Amino acid sequence: MGNGLKETTGKDTTLETGHETHLTHAHHEPGFWRKYIFSTDHKVIGIQYGLSALFFLFFGFALIMLIRWQLAYPGEVLPFVGKLLGETNMPGGSMSPEFYNQLGAMHGTIMVFLGIVPLSVGAFGNYVVPLQIGAPDMAFPKLNMASYWAYFVGGVIMLASFALPAGAAQAGWTSYPPLADIESMGQTMWLFGMVFLITSSLLGAVNFLTTIIQLRAPGMTFMRMPFFVWAQFVTSFLLLLAFPPLEAASVFQLADRLLDTSFFLPSGLVVSGEALNVAGGGSPLLWQHLFWFLAHPEVYVLILPAIGVVTEIIANNTRKPIWGYNPLVYSVIFLGFMSFIVWAHHMFITGMGTVISSFFQVTTMIISIPSVVILSALFISLWGGSIRFTTPMLFALGFLPMFGLGGLTGLPLGLAPSDIHLHDTYYVIGHFHYMVAPGTIIALFGGIYYWFPKITGRKMNDRLGKIHFWGTIILMNGIFFPMLIQGLAGVSRRLFDGGLSYQIAEPVLHYNQFMSVCAWLLALAQIPFIINFFMSLKKGEKVSTNPWHATTLEWAAAPSPPVPHGNFEVLPKVYRGPYEYSVPGHHIDFLPQNSPPEVAVTADA
Amino acid sequence: MEIPYTVTLRPDTGVYNAKIGIWLFLASEVMLFGGLFSGYVFLRIGAPAWPGMLHGEMYAHASEVLSVPLATLNTFVLIASSVTMVMSWASLMRDDFGKFRMYLSGTIALALVFLVVKGFEYNMKFEHGLFPSESNFLAIYFVLTGLHGLHVIGGIIVNGYLLGPGSKMWHTSRQQFINRIEVAGLYWHFVDLVWIFLFPTIYLM
Repeated sequence: MGNGLKETTGKDTTLETGHETHLTHAHHEPGFWRKYIFSTDHKVIGIQYGLSALFFLFFGFALIMLIRWQLAYPGEVLPFVGKLLGETNMPGGSMSPEFYNQLGAMHGTIMVFLGIVPLSVGAFGNYVVPLQIGAPDMAFPKLNMASYWAYFVGGVIMLASFALPAGAAQAGWTSYPPLADIESMGQTMWLFGMVFLITSSLLGAVNFLTTIIQLRAPGMTFMRMPFFVWAQFVTSFLLLLAFPPLEAASVFQLADRLLDTSFFLPSGLVVSGEALNVAGGGSPLLWQHLFWFLAHPEVYVLILPAIGVVTEIIANNTRKPIWGYNPLVYSVIFLGFMSFIVWAHHMFITGMGTVISSFFQVTTMIISIPSVVILSALFISLWGGSIRFTTPMLFALGFLPMFGLGGLTGLPLGLAPSDIHLHDTYYVIGHFHYMVAPGTIIALFGGIYYWFPKITGRKMNDRLGKIHFWGTIILMNGIFFPMLIQGLAGVSRRLFDGGLSYQIAEPVLHYNQFMSVCAWLLALAQIPFIINFFMSLKKGEKVSTNPWHATTLEWAAAPSPPVPHGNFEVLPKVYRGPYEYSVPGHHIDFLPQNSPPEVAVTADA
Repeated sequence: MEIPYTVTLRPDTGVYNAKIGIWLFLASEVMLFGGLFSGYVFLRIGAPAWPGMLHGEMYAHASEVLSVPLATLNTFVLIASSVTMVMSWASLMRDDFGKFRMYLSGTIALALVFLVVKGFEYNMKFEHGLFPSESNFLAIYFVLTGLHGLHVIGGIIVNGYLLGPGSKMWHTSRQQFINRIEVAGLYWHFVDLVWIFLFPTIYLM
């Protein structure tokens, strides 16, 4: 196998895909740029998404570590780093309120749109889905490349906004008018950045859906697809149909900011003592409806791929089929459908009438049913399993109770009477971070440890992995559990001093320092992971194509390392479901989806 | 490496990939214009009068502010362009490349006429100092028709490419080229359909 390509990026050559196999004999070797930068191969694009997303996750994390200093020690000078961030942001080394707002708004935006979704859909989805369905690539490879670069441009715009004189967007990741309409230019850049990110997601969704519908290998019926593919399938429908209203809203907000329209500006608005010279007659509520119409399905976009990853890892490490595959599939479809009709549970205190408010409470309660079915199926799948406590399995197991706890904390938010007390408090922040941090991120870490051997041909180190797991999950709980307590006490979110100036916050203020220390320790806990990741690229234990003895096609049918351009020597045929583990009468405890059926098993086999 | 079903039809779904792709894309476009129309409904319901006050005058009907005759003309122009678009695809199906070029050129020409008329309409407003910032009625009018216009421009670019450099594929990969025209046609019909909704709701109601 010719490996004559130079390592100009420092990445392991096992990441390259263009080397000569009989699949590529007809076209000549692409140069560096077409192979690594402007590649149309879903695996390269997946890696590009993955590395970019991991960078943005760490960047977003850095932003919140700065905020946590301000919350733990309000007004105090931040040693060393404070001076580096400039006089406007950190006058005299302590944080200005404007910078605090920027950090808060951009932390949310970056984590959700530049970090989690690109990692779970762009990276994991792109790399694994075509392999798991037995396809040579995505249906539209050039569109796939365009999606990545649209994301990249959106990311650059978002990061660049920090360099503006008045800084980045400050109106929260939710960008509510009237404030967002009148904010400085950072808000305009946020909107343009969002347009690129939305475009990237839309093109990606079209690609995923077409690929799953059209490119499944012979024998791969819908009900034989790994649940990970189902999760990505529903996720892509959510992205496809939910993002455009936010695009519409962004167009309206851009018009308000650049063309002086009043889509979201009510009449008689006074800003800093002066009446605003606009036509008025607009509605801030209109933005909220359009925003949350996307943003509620968006949270299911955040969780579903993670649930898919966990399902794959659990099946593989219990050596049993997943319990309730059919209920899982019906639940995830139902969940996707319901996610479009719950959005106004984010708006209970806007003055909606009781009838409409009841409607959204009912739909919100109903949507918890499929979530519980899914979680229950995953828990029940453990029963009677031969559990292997591999590093990915630790993360998958850790996900389950965290998702359960986070989901339970959502219930009082979905009911208007309790939500009236909890809305816009730290309870909300605690709830959604439980879902995303010890939830999704833990699951995605598990996915990295799980699929690392497929991508690189080497395993990550288990001891470092266990340290990473325990440190991460314990510290995440340390950060987000006290938020639930603070929120119940009534501490509002987005407060510059963390509640210091409010009497009701006094009994729970001391948690701020505890949470901040946990956050900084959480950063340290990622060091074993970073070291492990880069070290294993070069020095990890080399493994065969299917080290986990898994049944799904990416392990069983695709040669590696590396997986070649075109994925399969011959497109596989599928003979059975995705989780045929420990099938009675067979001498091995797993039956790959593509291995032909053996002779009929006799009773005494 | 070949992607299956780029040209041939997948047996169980009965379509080639780009057809599913374009229908999915159009579904997202429905949601986009749906979001814009929802904004229109929301703002109009909340407004005391519509079109309301403009430069000190009260208007009760959109037709007093906007030119219904010009927009009606534009409606027929777009419908005609949809017809020529179908004819261009049908010509390819009948192996008539010459007719295809004629009809596709016609589609592009009619689309340009649409834009010229639109530009004339916009200019009439600007000359009288009627900008989007004047009122929500005008803001809705300019943003909705403006975004629609951007989609028309997009269609012109795609159709122009398929008429020009893209048409080489007729000789290298015939069925794939016909499929591309079909897919472009679906997009174009959608652009036409959006206008069919825009015209009555903004101009006539």
